[in-house]
Amino acid sequence: MNEPVLNIQDLSVSYQTERGPLQALRHVSLAVPEGKIIGIVGESGCGKSTLIASIIRLLAPNARIGTGAINFKGRDLLTLSPEAMRSLRGSGISMVFQDPMTSLNPVLTIGRQMADVQHRSRASRTEKRARALMMLERVGIPDSASQLRRYPHTLSGGMRQRVAIAMALMTEPSLLIADEPTTALDATLEVQIIHCLQQLQREFGCSILFISHHLGVIAELCDEVIVMYAGEVVESGTTREVFLEPRHPYTQKLLECDPARIRHRTRQLPVIEGSLPNLVELPRGCIFRGRCVQSIARCDTERPALSGGQHKSACHLLDTAS
Amino acid sequence: MATHPGVIVRTFSGLKKDPLGMTGFVLVSLILLFTVFAAWLAPYDPLEVDVYDRLSSPSAAHWLGTDQLGRDVLSRVLFGGQVALKVSLVAISASLSIGLVLGMMAGFGPRWLDRILVVSFDTVRSFPTIMFALAIIALTGPSLNTVIVVIILTSIPVYARVVRTQTQALRERDFILAERAMGASTLRILRDHVLPNIAAPLLILASMDVPSVVGMEAGLSFLGLGVSPPTPSWGSILNDGYSYLRNSPWPIIAGGLPLIAVTLGFTFFGESLRDIFDPKLRRKDQ
Repeated sequence: MNEPVLNIQDLSVSYQTERGPLQALRHVSLAVPEGKIIGIVGESGCGKSTLIASIIRLLAPNARIGTGAINFKGRDLLTLSPEAMRSLRGSGISMVFQDPMTSLNPVLTIGRQMADVQHRSRASRTEKRARALMMLERVGIPDSASQLRRYPHTLSGGMRQRVAIAMALMTEPSLLIADEPTTALDATLEVQIIHCLQQLQREFGCSILFISHHLGVIAELCDEVIVMYAGEVVESGTTREVFLEPRHPYTQKLLECDPARIRHRTRQLPVIEGSLPNLVELPRGCIFRGRCVQSIARCDTERPALSGGQHKSACHLLDTAS
Repeated sequence: MATHPGVIVRTFSGLKKDPLGMTGFVLVSLILLFTVFAAWLAPYDPLEVDVYDRLSSPSAAHWLGTDQLGRDVLSRVLFGGQVALKVSLVAISASLSIGLVLGMMAGFGPRWLDRILVVSFDTVRSFPTIMFALAIIALTGPSLNTVIVVIILTSIPVYARVVRTQTQALRERDFILAERAMGASTLRILRDHVLPNIAAPLLILASMDVPSVVGMEAGLSFLGLGVSPPTPSWGSILNDGYSYLRNSPWPIIAGGLPLIAVTLGFTFFGESLRDIFDPKLRRKDQ
């Protein structure tokens, strides 16, 4: 197999707070192979956003990177100079944001913003315009010439997200980070955007790191899935493996709670009892122990390591079973 | 600012619905016309002395009468407008530009820089403007350039504070983060993304600032700290006239009316522009 485009190893990030360091990410390792779509799934506060911010190095000022390395095409992003990092953003790594209502500048036309994204290119204004037009057509925006003169507020949410995707892919990045790009859209649009992304990924051959808490979208779109919980990777594998034979109790619970899987009428939707542990004062042992129905004595004392071949998970139960 | 198709159309359709705004617009246009074409419109040389015809009341020959040296007041008022306009144009554009840069630095830069800048803005604003002006003029001697410098120094914080607040509000917005994530430099973000977002309120603020700058110049000239005689300025016309108020009120009336017209005109026009382009800024009590 080829060298992965993005390879994160043992990444730990904490936020300095008044109560002490909040350990938002702990020993996270993951790889995004070339030309694959990798999904990251997990509930709010599991560290998805911190992970993205670490990759593009736009962390909040109170964040500290403890250990680890983020390897992007052979270069460690964490040791890159700010200048080198900035020139990589938008050219090597691009990003699509969650809410298309707020991620476009309200006072500039679409055309102006799409030309602006190409600020590194020496092409003339007409060439940039032509490229913008071509990109708009590729993301499936009809009558793209007239759209260039329009302002973001005159477009629908789905259209705006298409524009945002077009802008992100304009520079033909090797890696596209999509931060819940469909969460703010309704279900029909969600499907359209997913198909659009899938098609574009095939055409451009880029890798996509797709963050979502919508399991259905992940199952539909992604080649591999990484399940995160409270700042740790608890399970990873191909989409098929993770969805059909979830190993970690958290993944199992998460899948049980997916409303799409509920087969019979119920007054109460299933939930995972309990809440996220306090990341300032981490409990000893397994991070999921407080909410896990299958926990054993060993879970209280020892932190399970992520283990297994292709399909990895971090749970003591698997050691005892095998 | 990206030219919105129909900025002019929007301005005029807005003005049509707002009689006060229309009045302001007409006043502003008239003042601009009169002052720009003062050299052609003025019936006399504003400096020409005629000792036989002093302090005369309005007549066919002198529409606004003459002052204590027999100079034609109408001509002096027209040329005085040029001084007022020059001061406000130079002072406002300079303080706007400097305030814009400093405000963006404070709003977008590191926190320590913000602190330093805010403290210096507050320091400058804490002096009563006229006292500050007197102090500087005492050091450098009266001249029109000193007046301009004083106005620039005292107006910079006004613009800078508005720019700072607006920039701070924008810096946390998603599209700014998106720009960063796409590799835009700070300069590019400020120039291409923050500036167009704050340009409209800033220009409206500038148009509403004209009366206070004109008033300030007139005030300092009235005190004899601005233009040096015999150059006409609305302030110096008032100063010349007020000793002879009992004999002839005409110079005072002629010097005062344009100040009132400027104040009303620019205020009405500015408020109307604000309502048209930035309805969010409209006062609650309206």
